[in-house]
Amino acid sequence: MKNLLGSGNPYIWLTAGMLTICLLMISGLTVLIMVNGFGIFWPRKIVQFTLLDGEVILGEIAKRESVPHQKDAYRTKVKVGNRDVYGMDFRWIDNADIVSQTYPVHALVFERREWGNLYGFLHGLRQNGGVKPLKPESMASLLGESHALYKKIRYIAKKEIGNINYRIEKTRLELKRLALLQPSEKIQKRVAEVKARMEHLEILYREKEDTLAGFYKKAMEKEVVVLLADGREKIVPVFQIIRISMPNEMGVFAKVGFYIAKFWEFIWGEPREANTEGGVFPAIFGTVMMVLIMSIAVVPLGVLTAVYLKEYAGDNFISRLVRISVSNLAGVPSIVFGVFGLGFFIYLFGGGIDKLFFSETLPTPTYGTGGILWASLTLSLLTVPVVVVATEEGLSAVPRAMREGSYALGATKIETLWKVVLPQATPGILTGTILAMARAAGEVAPLMITGVVKLAPSLPIDGYFPYIHLERKFMHLGFHIYDVGFQSPNVEAAIPMVYTTTLVLLFTVLILNLTAIVVRNKLKKWYNRGAL
Amino acid sequence: MKKKSITVPDPIVNIIDLALYYGKTKALKEINLDISKKKITSFIGPSGCGKSTLIRCLNRMNDLIDSVAIEGCIKIDGQDIYAPAVDVTELRKKVGMVFQKPNPFPKTIYENVVYGPRVQGINKKSILDELCENALKKAALWDEVKDRLRVNALDLSGGQQQRICIARAIATEPEIILLDEPCSALDPIATAKIEDMLVELKKDYTVIIVTHNMQQAARISDYTGFFMLGELIEFNVTTDIFTNPQEKETEDYITGRFG
Repeated sequence: MKNLLGSGNPYIWLTAGMLTICLLMISGLTVLIMVNGFGIFWPRKIVQFTLLDGEVILGEIAKRESVPHQKDAYRTKVKVGNRDVYGMDFRWIDNADIVSQTYPVHALVFERREWGNLYGFLHGLRQNGGVKPLKPESMASLLGESHALYKKIRYIAKKEIGNINYRIEKTRLELKRLALLQPSEKIQKRVAEVKARMEHLEILYREKEDTLAGFYKKAMEKEVVVLLADGREKIVPVFQIIRISMPNEMGVFAKVGFYIAKFWEFIWGEPREANTEGGVFPAIFGTVMMVLIMSIAVVPLGVLTAVYLKEYAGDNFISRLVRISVSNLAGVPSIVFGVFGLGFFIYLFGGGIDKLFFSETLPTPTYGTGGILWASLTLSLLTVPVVVVATEEGLSAVPRAMREGSYALGATKIETLWKVVLPQATPGILTGTILAMARAAGEVAPLMITGVVKLAPSLPIDGYFPYIHLERKFMHLGFHIYDVGFQSPNVEAAIPMVYTTTLVLLFTVLILNLTAIVVRNKLKKWYNRGAL
Repeated sequence: MKKKSITVPDPIVNIIDLALYYGKTKALKEINLDISKKKITSFIGPSGCGKSTLIRCLNRMNDLIDSVAIEGCIKIDGQDIYAPAVDVTELRKKVGMVFQKPNPFPKTIYENVVYGPRVQGINKKSILDELCENALKKAALWDEVKDRLRVNALDLSGGQQQRICIARAIATEPEIILLDEPCSALDPIATAKIEDMLVELKKDYTVIIVTHNMQQAARISDYTGFFMLGELIEFNVTTDIFTNPQEKETEDYITGRFG
């Protein structure tokens, strides 16, 4: 025994064992998220169950489990969809009740803009009161037509009406501003002009509304009659359908195509149905933009702080106290930073900005409410200790010989700092930034009170002056996970989305970090050539 | 008194009663020494004898160490360099320095050489190009690197790196160049190159070199000072020091009886 301990081998086993446990847990987590996240878009077969009591159920199998305390008893969770008909998406069936289980070839999945998936069989097309038989193959052209119409409607609603709304809002504000001025003849003339413009805009607006109404009417003309599993008929406007698929008939290539299309939609699309369907693009965009603004704010703040602490403050009681406080700042719960951000940035700064520059919109706040800028700044406070510590280490790593070389050439301290020391500390600074970015991208709590919303109507960057709208609320992947997984009306149907969104968040962080790491390694190569 | 010092022609540096303390330790003891213009003066002595400390006083590099205190005075061109009115950066432009270990900046060769001029506010490319070429020629490096000016200086060999550092010091157009054991990290071939170059540099600059290598001192220097335990034991024309030392310590050291 003594020999064994003396050899040191047990300690090696102990440490290696701990490492193995860590690796197992991390890889388990990754695999779980990967499998669930990547798996959801793969088309699953549609099963038709006939039960003992004669009921017929059509849907996808979601889960199978054994019934506790009963031998050889199983039950199945079926996603039956058709929420507007059945009132729920999922149903549990006892396997003992199943009489037969078939995979009908012509079973269809209708993905709809509202109410989730519909499972059933195509019966016919209803147009102008009459019903004509319809084959699944001819659905493609119908869908193409309705998608084109949808695009047109979106264009009018978003771009054209959005544009008019933007101008109406500006005109309204101008009127308000004029009303605040001392009335004079010149101003009255101006008011009349602006009012005329306003009327003109309102006429334009009504015209567009009418066109839109016409399009909507046209969109509702064609309807598909779908035969449900229990024999009922369900009428769905073609316009409501996004995609129709026949998973039981699909070959591997068709499935792959379907998968890619769905994934593409997920990454680049906008969310639908209280975020439980559609894509997460606004959330990806919001996350990346917030992290970038945070980095822009945190790097100068952290680096300059570290420079002062390291180069000028010396080593005394106060500087040690400051250093400890900065490090401890990293341990403050993030929600505390959120509250601070709300009080300091939003109410104090934002409120001040509103009073100074946006008084005409008050009491509606512009900057005095949560927004991407305030959220980013709050996070930059949260992450500043990481950058300070890393920068200090980076500065310490610059050899004394480098500073002396620079001083010996007649450079002052500042020149030495800017031209020799800081460039060489950049890899260290970037390491700090990478850590800060990783931390910020995953932080949710402080965002919830400083500007994140579950559905932002528009991105913080768009085509209207001044193009970057830092005051806007935004969507964030981390909050999206929370919202979809725990706040949505249909949590069960949204679980797969939670995994996929998690996956996207992880990849977003990974890509942000990889970019920074590549840059850092390039710099490192330049600064650390094999000396001598 | 052991301080055997001679008067030299045309002195540019006068060190008068210089004493230096690291905290409470006295590292230099009342040094009196004149250094002749456009000659090579070498300081030899065993490790820890204060020779490096002394030359670091000449461009006030010791200012960077908090615990250092100085008594006495150093005059360059007749002006006390420790007077309060002296601008240290100006002094360092006038008194260039090359360190023991080559310490080029992790920048291109070109940027290394023009660092000093840039700090002085020269930004015109034609002037910088000319300064760079001249300095590299004087450092006997131009032919080796003229096609590689945009290469990272750290990619060069140790000897080349040290000559970059010398070129860098030359480019600020100093009057005096201090070299603190410049060849201790180099092989004999690189050392020979630098020695040849130093002899060339003597035409334009006053060179002060600290060395552990007595042959080097004998080969290139005009005057030699021998230091021990913070004291200047003997200072004389190099040939006299090596052929006819006046002090027993000097003789013991150069004949290799200790050190």
